[in-house]
Amino acid sequence: MRWKVTFINFIKESIRVILKGNKWYYTWISSLLVLIVWGGLGYFEQLKNGLIVTNMSDSISWGFYIGNFTFLVGVAAAAILLVIPAYIYHWKPIKEITIFGELLAVSAVIMALGFVIADMGGPDRLWHMIPVVGLLNFPDSLLAWDSIVLSLYFLLNFVVVTYLLYMHFIKKEYNKKIFDKLILFSIPMAISIHTVTAFLFNGIAARSYWNSALLAPKFIASAFCSGPAVLLILFQILKKTTKFDIKKEAIWKIAELMAYSMFLYLFLFFSEIFKEVYSGTHHLVHLKYLFLGVKGHTDLVIYAWASIIFSIVAFLLFLIPKTRMNVVTLNIGAVLIYIGVYIEKGIALIIPGFSPDSLGQLHIYKPSMIEIRTSVMIFSLGFLLFTFMSKIAVEIIFEDLNINKLRSKSHS
Amino acid sequence: MSNNKIKEKKESRRTFLKKTALASTFATLAACGSDTSWDEFFQKNFKTLENDDKNKIIERLEKKYTEKYGKKFTVSGKDPIDDTLFGYGLDISRCIGCRKCVYACVEENNQSRDPQIHWITVLEMAKDKGVDLFHSNSDYDRELVPDDDHFYFPVACQQCENPPCTKVCPVEATWKEKDGIVVVDYNWCIGCRLCMAACPYGARHFNWSEPDIPKDEVNPETHYYGNRPRYKGVVEKCTFCVQRVREGLYPSCVEICPVGARKFGNLLDPDSEIRYILKHKRVLVLKEELNTQPKFYYFY
Repeated sequence: MRWKVTFINFIKESIRVILKGNKWYYTWISSLLVLIVWGGLGYFEQLKNGLIVTNMSDSISWGFYIGNFTFLVGVAAAAILLVIPAYIYHWKPIKEITIFGELLAVSAVIMALGFVIADMGGPDRLWHMIPVVGLLNFPDSLLAWDSIVLSLYFLLNFVVVTYLLYMHFIKKEYNKKIFDKLILFSIPMAISIHTVTAFLFNGIAARSYWNSALLAPKFIASAFCSGPAVLLILFQILKKTTKFDIKKEAIWKIAELMAYSMFLYLFLFFSEIFKEVYSGTHHLVHLKYLFLGVKGHTDLVIYAWASIIFSIVAFLLFLIPKTRMNVVTLNIGAVLIYIGVYIEKGIALIIPGFSPDSLGQLHIYKPSMIEIRTSVMIFSLGFLLFTFMSKIAVEIIFEDLNINKLRSKSHS
Repeated sequence: MSNNKIKEKKESRRTFLKKTALASTFATLAACGSDTSWDEFFQKNFKTLENDDKNKIIERLEKKYTEKYGKKFTVSGKDPIDDTLFGYGLDISRCIGCRKCVYACVEENNQSRDPQIHWITVLEMAKDKGVDLFHSNSDYDRELVPDDDHFYFPVACQQCENPPCTKVCPVEATWKEKDGIVVVDYNWCIGCRLCMAACPYGARHFNWSEPDIPKDEVNPETHYYGNRPRYKGVVEKCTFCVQRVREGLYPSCVEICPVGARKFGNLLDPDSEIRYILKHKRVLVLKEELNTQPKFYYFY
């Protein structure tokens, strides 16, 4: 009973915290809300009229939504992978790094699932995927695997992070025996969600562009760059604005590790380019469409080169110690990596897979306004969730919001 | 004590409110999915049902379609015929690319007219390139066919023995029947389109909007897995005209073809025309290397 009361207090305080803030906070929240409404009205058009309001077709049957989904699964996975070096190098605020990583993972998984639902022809039939109630085609369908690992991953991170914050709130040591194991378990889970998502594309023999054994390793390597890129920037903001105390060396180490995994990604990428170009089969046409254009259609060329150039520049910035330790170049590198990976997992992954299509016909795809609005809605919802959760975490961890304080307040 | 009771009451009210909110969300979602009734919404995967339930669903659908289109509709649930495995032959030396099959198929199978859905795609291929998809054209528009420098290569569902599309479906909404026809339960498909990505032949088509079939053109003789009107947001495909072939008729594309390029029959019957073709003609299947094992044979 007492437990219940304190937990209700925890929820109440959390709500109070997210409602309270300075001018900048309210501006940020209200602009997100405006974007959610603007995007939501677009999504409503899609619910009413069907996916005809998108620019997808029988030829290019996935687009912007599935691209964003893939990217966000990568972010969700990599947010947790940061726990590994934190343990290995004994970074001081290891618990804090874990907590913010998990909060990012939770928000990213929610957004990823949002994009899958936005892409569905019958979102009202989602229950068909629930085992027993519906009929989940397990283990044959990789989408069945994906729905299972993503839900588990979400639950795991949500429970762990809520528990950690709650224990912090009631000023008690958390149960190390169980929860340290759960945190460690989230690492293989993180690898598995991104691997399964890669296999979803990888296993499709009909699309030679995806049917490469390097796809999953490439996914993991580039995710290890994009997820930490977000956290790198977040940690610096937290350091400036709160009592969050991460050592400079830890930040540099993250950047250095990102450089190594970016190198791995670039190596895998060039291996694939070599194989396709040198063997010169029909399958080359997809890469050609991406990097050079086919039959005068050069829609993707600028994105493809931007992605690869940004990635190489960021790799160099993070590799050279001088630029890695410079605040300006460090942050430029983080932003470049983020954009580079966003293109790589979105536009550059999905569209060339479908163009030319399985009958060799070339169609052009660009997301429609409704697709952009729906995506803005989902991203804004995710950012809002992440802002709220981070604010609660900041108050509890750094501003020392706790149950004892509440009690003494009510007594006085 | 009393405090607790009030709290409990509050909580139960809260859970009630939550439940109502959830239910109404579902209802709105269901409403957005057009005229779905509760029975229809909670319908299970058709292949898992007993005959009684199947018949009830079929009755309900017949009533619904009859009301909607003002014509007496029949929806058959006829099972595969024993000892039958359907196979298709297409004579590429005869096909003239007139696309009569494409439109006969649309009329027979109640495809949406706006936006247009075609289950058959006819590819025009240059004679000096051979069967080369990347140099083919599906949008050719000529006054007269056939063109001297080209030949024609119609593609529809290849009814693979090893279909990649059914394997990937997350909810088993599509499968291969005993007679070899790959079918879709339009009431169970969630519209994720993974099957469309997995199909190497571009044979699966999506209802991007509410399908539009003019009342005077609709074909009221239908099969549950075949040509009954579909829904917005589900995938559909060629079924060899399951509503016809299980009654002993030819698919409508075979009947309409003006040059007799299309052949159809039972692969298990040694005396069938399709078996004759396999034995005496030069036969190829599309994308053999993918091991999909099509039952759609091109010959010349």
